Order: sequence, then C-alpha cells, then structure tokens
Amino acid sequence: MKDLIERALDAAERGGASYADVRVQERETESLTVKNGALEAVSSNVSAGFGIRVIVDGAWGFSSSARLEPEEAERIGREAVEIARASVLARRAPVELDDTPPATDTYRTPYEEDPFSVSLDEKVRILMEADAAMARVPGVAIREGSMSSGRERKTFASSSGAWVEQEIVEAGGGIEATAVNETEMQQRSYPNSFGGQMVTGGFEAVRALDLPDHGQETAELAVALLDAPQCPSGEMDLILDSTQVALQIHESCGHPTELDRVFGTEASFAGTSFLTTDKLGTLRYGSDLVSIDADATAPGGLGTFGYDDEGVPAQNVPLIERGMLVGYLTSRETAPRIGRRSMGSARAWMWSNIPLIRMTNINLRPGEAGSLEDLIADTRDGIFMSINKSWSIDDRRLNFQFGDQAGWLIKNGKRAQLVKNPTYTGITPQFWGSCDAICGPDEWTLWGLPNCGKGEPVQTGHVGHGAAPARFRGVKVGVGRW
Amino acid sequence: MVGRERDDLDAILDRALARSSAGQTEALLMAQDASLTRFATNQIHQNVREHDATLQVRVVDGERIGVAGTNRLDEAGIDGVVDRALEIARRSAPNPRNAVLPEPDGREYDPDAGYVATTAAASADRRGEAARAVIAAGEAKDLQVSGSFATSVLTVAVANSRGIRVRHRGTKAALLTVMMDGFGSGAASGYAHAGSADLAGIDAEALGREAADKADRMRGAGELEAGEYEVILEEYAVAGLLEYLSFIGFSGLAHEEGRSFMELGKRVMGEEVTLVDDGSDPDGLPLPIDFEGVVRRRVELVTAGVATAVVHDAATGARAGTGSTGHGLPAPNTFGPMASHLFMAPGQAARDEMIRDVKRGVWVTRFHYINPVHPKKAILTGMTKDGTFLIEDGRLSRPLMNFRFTQSVPEAFSDIRAASRETKLLPGEFFGAYRAPMLHLGSFNFTGVTAAEATA
Repeated sequence: MKDLIERALDAAERGGASYADVRVQERETESLTVKNGALEAVSSNVSAGFGIRVIVDGAWGFSSSARLEPEEAERIGREAVEIARASVLARRAPVELDDTPPATDTYRTPYEEDPFSVSLDEKVRILMEADAAMARVPGVAIREGSMSSGRERKTFASSSGAWVEQEIVEAGGGIEATAVNETEMQQRSYPNSFGGQMVTGGFEAVRALDLPDHGQETAELAVALLDAPQCPSGEMDLILDSTQVALQIHESCGHPTELDRVFGTEASFAGTSFLTTDKLGTLRYGSDLVSIDADATAPGGLGTFGYDDEGVPAQNVPLIERGMLVGYLTSRETAPRIGRRSMGSARAWMWSNIPLIRMTNINLRPGEAGSLEDLIADTRDGIFMSINKSWSIDDRRLNFQFGDQAGWLIKNGKRAQLVKNPTYTGITPQFWGSCDAICGPDEWTLWGLPNCGKGEPVQTGHVGHGAAPARFRGVKVGVGRW
Repeated sequence: MVGRERDDLDAILDRALARSSAGQTEALLMAQDASLTRFATNQIHQNVREHDATLQVRVVDGERIGVAGTNRLDEAGIDGVVDRALEIARRSAPNPRNAVLPEPDGREYDPDAGYVATTAAASADRRGEAARAVIAAGEAKDLQVSGSFATSVLTVAVANSRGIRVRHRGTKAALLTVMMDGFGSGAASGYAHAGSADLAGIDAEALGREAADKADRMRGAGELEAGEYEVILEEYAVAGLLEYLSFIGFSGLAHEEGRSFMELGKRVMGEEVTLVDDGSDPDGLPLPIDFEGVVRRRVELVTAGVATAVVHDAATGARAGTGSTGHGLPAPNTFGPMASHLFMAPGQAARDEMIRDVKRGVWVTRFHYINPVHPKKAILTGMTKDGTFLIEDGRLSRPLMNFRFTQSVPEAFSDIRAASRETKLLPGEFFGAYRAPMLHLGSFNFTGVTAAEATA
C-alpha cells in the first residue's frame, strides 16, 4: 500500500499539483432482514479502491479506481491532474487550505463483540424471536426485523506528510410492524424507524436493544393506529420523543451549519442555508435552553471517528450556545474563510468520493425537565409525537414538515387519546425559539442516522444525534387534508 | 473497467457460475465510468471521475439464498465472492417466497440501446466548456450560478444457471443549473435541467438562458397566503411527483402488501392520465434489461385514469402469477420492483398557451425535497423552488415566496384541465428517468409559505 500511495502522490506532484492526498479505503458490510417469519435477505459486500485529490493552479481535481496497483495509482494521479487543469477553465479564486498540521496516527473504534464474528445463526435467532413476538398480535400484515454491520479500513496520506490509518466498526438493528386495511397503512418501529439504532461499536449495542422483548408492544401499537382518530389540526404545545428531536436537529441545525452550504457550493442539489456568516455570533437560533454541539469524539456515535478524510483530528465544538449561533461544520477549505481552522467534518462515503462537509454527532445538550413522563405531567393541553415517518425541509432549511408514526393527545398532564398520521410544521428559528423544556440526561440518547444524502454524485453519510424529549409551544400540527 | 470487451464480461460471469455448487446461481456485473463537473459561485469547485465495477452473486440452494458482492474482479476475488454467497446460503434459514431465479423468455432487446460513443468519451474539458457557457448566461444577469454536468457509461451484464445471459451498456449526459441572486433571505432563483443519452442533446447555452431568465423574473418575490390554488406545473415539477409515485405505488410488492394507492381496475386519476413504464423507449434513458437479467416489458400502469398494472420482479411476479415484467433491482432486494422509466402521455395543449386559461393560480417550476406523508393515499409534501409565480388573468403577474404543499397526487391528477403536447425528459433524483408534459391542474393544496426573514 505504501508503494501505491507514494506513486500516486509522486505522479500528482510531478504533474504540477501543489497539494495532493490519497485515501485507500475498504468498506465491508453485512445486512440481514427477517420478514414475516422467513429470512428475507442476507448479503455481504466488500468494496475497495483509492481516490486521489489534487490542487493544480488553485483548482481541484479528483479521480479514483478500484485497481489497487502501483501502475494504476500513477495513471489515476495523472488523470486527477488533467481533471484539475480542466477546472481551471472556470476558476475565480484559487483554493486555499487551512494550516492544520499533518497528522501521523492510527484510530480504531472500541468495541466488545466484533459484529462480524457473531454467527448468522445467532443474528437470525434474535430477529426470529422478535418476529414471533410481533406475530402474536392479530392484525399485523408485515413484520420486519433487520441488522447491519459495517467495517471501514482506510489510510489517508497527503503530500504535506500526513499518514492516518483508521478502522471504523458499526453495528445496528431494529424491528417494524405494519398494519393495513382498505384505506390505511400504519407502522410502528422499535427503537427507531429506518433500520432502528446504529452505532460505532460492537454487537453488544444490538444485544442491548433486546428486540424480542419489544416485538409485541411494537405490533400492538401498529394495529391500534389503524382505528385511531386522525390527528387534529391547529396550534398546540408539542412534545417530541428523542428520536424525532434527533431528526429535527439533523434537518434544521446539522445541515444549515454546514459551511459549504452556507457558501453556496451545494446550491444546485441539497441547497444553501439561512445561517449566513454575517449571523455568526449574532443570530438568536433558539431559546436559552438550546445548546447544540458537533462532537465527533462521543463514544458510540455513528458520527464518531479519529480523523476526518482531510486528516483533521475529531473534535467537539459548539454550534449553538444558549440559543445563539456560534459555530459551523467546516473543512480545510472553508474554515479559513471565517478565520478558523477546520473542526474536522470533511468526510467521504466511498473511496470513489471526495470528502464533503458532513455532520459528525450533532447533539442537543440535555435539559432539566426530568423524565418524559415528568414533561407530559407538566403539560396541560398538547400532543406527544413519537418516531419519524416523513420529513421535508426547504433548501435554506427554514420551512420544515415532519410526520410521525404515533401521536397522543395530552390532557391535564396525562397521555390521553392515541391519534394517527400526526404531522407538524414550522420555521426553524421560531420553532427552536419556542422550546421551553428539554428532558434530563437519563432520557438522552445518541441516535445513529445512516441515511443522510448529500453531494453530486450523491454520497451517503453516517451521522449521529444526541437528544432528549423536548417541548415546543404553539406549533402548527395536523397539516393537510385528510 | 467500462472499456472491458464482451469477452471480459463473459469470462467473469462464466467463472462465477462455474465456481458455484448451488442449485441456481446468478451473477450480476455492474460497471460504471462516471465523471462529474460541478460548479458553484460561478466557478468549477468539484471535478471528479470514478471507475468501478461490482460483481454481485446470488445463490439459491433449495430454499436457502445467499448474496455477496465485491469489486475485486481477479480470479481470487470472483472465487471468494461466490464462496461467501454459498456460505451465507448454507447458514441461512429457508426463504421460499424469494427462492426463484428467472428463466430466459426469448424476447429480444438492443444491447447498445442508448449508448452514444461521444458521451462515453466526453472529456473534462468538454464538461468544463459547458459549465463556462452556463456560468456566462448567469453572469450576464448578475447571478450566482451553480450546477453540474455529469457524463457516464453504465454496463449491466447478468448470467444465471437457468440460461439467462444478457448485457447492456448505455450512456447518460445530464446538466442542471440553479441560479440565484444571492444566498440571503428571499433570494431569487431559477432552474434548468436536461438529460439525454447523447451529449449532443444537451444545449448548455439554452439551459443557461432558461435558468437565468427565470431567476431574473423571480427578483422581488412577495408572499401569497397558503391555500388551494389552480396551478400550472412545469415538466420538472410533474417529473418530481412521478418519481415519488413510483417509489410508493407502482411496485408489485407494495401492491401485494396493501401499501399502494393502486387499486387495479379502479379509477385512481383523471381520464387524461396515462402512465407507461418502458425501459426500451429511445425517448427515455434506455435500460432494456433489469438487474435479474429479464428483458423489460412495456407496462401500462395507468390507462385513461384507471389503474391497470404494477411492475414485477421474479419473486413478486411468481406470486402474482404474471411473471416478471423486468423491473427487478439488484439482490437482495427488500424494496421490491421499481418502475424507473416512466412516461406520462402528453396532451393537446400548446405549452406556451396553457397559462391563458388560468384566471388566478400559481405557476410552479419545480418541487424540492419531496417525501411521502401517507403512501397509501399518495399524499406527498415538499416545497416549490426556483420559479414560483402568481398567475392572474392568464399571465404571470408577480414572483412568489416558496410554498410548502401537502397533497394527494392521485387527487390532484383527477382534475387535469390541460396537458402540454411537448414533454421533457428528466433524470431521476436517484435512478431512472421520467418524461412528463406540463400540466394545468384545477386544485393544489399549499399548506405553508416561507417568510422573507425568520428569527427566533
């Protein structure tokens, strides 16, 4: 590998690159799905290759290949230089990187039980037990359980002398019950939708979910939702569970604090951001209770690593401090434009992708509102929504609408009527400004979100969000005609 | 990899099939050579190329299935991936619902449909020149220009032990641009997008002018109260809705499980609506075989507003008794089959005249961040973007801040006042391509509006 990397860097520098970096990466995944009592799908995939990123005459070029051979590395190095020269055709300002010192280090995800060493029999057994628990509930049409494991090995090296080797290990799982009738389809997931929970770490995290123990209640709620009344429309006090707060953070804080979006370089696909740099330090983003950090060092977070894909060490930095905008997610190219050094959030999905600014673990600090039940007891009239099933937000990350799997009306501090198809909508700073209670550390969970998309070609991102249930006053709920 | 000759593809597939000891084996090879030049703030800021090929092996031994994939395509890599698939199958529980590989059905197809050599050979300089033309159009109107120009070759080859052996190569060129007069609150924006198998079908200067003119007209956008309005939906907006209808409703698996709005034999939309999926139509981005090696059938999904069919892969087709329609995705596929080459039948109206019949309504250029709210009712939500105008007395009267919509699409498509004769082809946000006319709808439900400035 050393030879491959050195020849790629040499070819780039000989071609005129003022900077070059190489990332050799292998991603191994295993996934399995049990559906209605049968093993629906099992797959194992390995993809390996390398990518070379160069700056020539102040412009970027990138090429990549799956052929891990020194001769190919030289060819791809030269090709990246040619592509960079084409970028000069439409160049205004030359690329300048920050002064992050080149690192030489290794990092490995800590874990107790390697998810790839756990037998397929054992994984299937757990999912079958959860399936059987769901099957005990009459009226469930579709029962699904899934697990996934990932292992990423990568070496990053740059012409500045950086050399970082990392091994990131991931594990996750979840279950979902679906009930249908002629006009309705209702789902309930545990512990979260879109595959459940996912962490960096070992299979111990999957065992801790205790999926079989939650099968029955998950299925019962899916069936109950079929006959529940429709969520009412109007302005109400809204309590979100920690899974929905996590997605709210993702869409309305994580994305708009990505500094590449702020500078307009994602405008053609994902969009821009209302958090323009003139607002840094002056914009009231939310209430005093709202403090949000980007923490790539949080144990177990799906956005946890040792170094980003520019060789910048993982860090914990504040984005929102007591409601005020104080920081951004940055890269080596964007950070100097606000007078800072990269906080290390440039990551690529595959060896064939360039690093983009991606969320790490974007975490809402816990509050002092106690438990979820304490918060409900403190709410006279409102609605509690749990687990996301629909999401949408505008290109500047202001106007959002979310739908959840289940809602419960709150009357006089008690969870009352179950309602189906609950939705809510709002404008980001007004919504976070209406936050008047956040539950305490015991209710705080670091959720993994494995399906974040960004960039062209689209790259997947694995990110994390720490959140506790929270209350928002006077929110528009029950959107649309039903 | 994409330059691999047919013999190379066959050698890889042959080795995989020969290595397997399972009752049935499938080898799927997907090779991609993809380049993309991306621009923003009036300069090229990303410029990338990817060469990759993946071998996916599915073995079916009795009722046990194993799937494994690799992009290591030397002999050891091929042998290793087959052995992994066999090992997974050996340790798997039975899966009788999906233990079926398709057989050849004798139908013919063009293995080079939609392959254009000049697209395959497009250089970074060629894409850079196009980017420069688009940027120049925006700079002429003092706009911030962003966008991308992608060219790619995709080769798909499938062989299985039941006799299927097919391959296809196709090209794609896609150019899109978003132009804005800044990134602050209430910024004006415009959009243009085109896709074609042939690079020559992409007119960068024309697309630049279209987006620049639209953005220029959007300056000074004001608010309009949310509510139900008559709408003109440009082709971009219609194609976006079609893509999400396809995700949630046209799959045989969604239909089988009662999750789809498609009730076969019943009227689900207005009689003006006919929707066809056709992976061989040269007016789309052809991919005449699916990822199980079945030649795609032309499937009429909605005929004059009546739900007539859904698409199938080998497993759902076997259960439905129809057989595969050639819409399978790569194994293991829990999503089900997908209609990804959709054509909405055009109407009789002249595109430029449709607005004349609208006394008061909203013009929508495109939608952004569409997602299902209720799949079974096909209720979608999303935002308008890059060109939203008030229509008064048959003309655009003023630009509007963007709306959020929450709307059942079959319900909206039940009141089509007019559809344009002309259609546009739009590459899917994720996959496939959608050809759509412009539509005049009687009612569309806008449920929110984004204010010019928003603070806590």
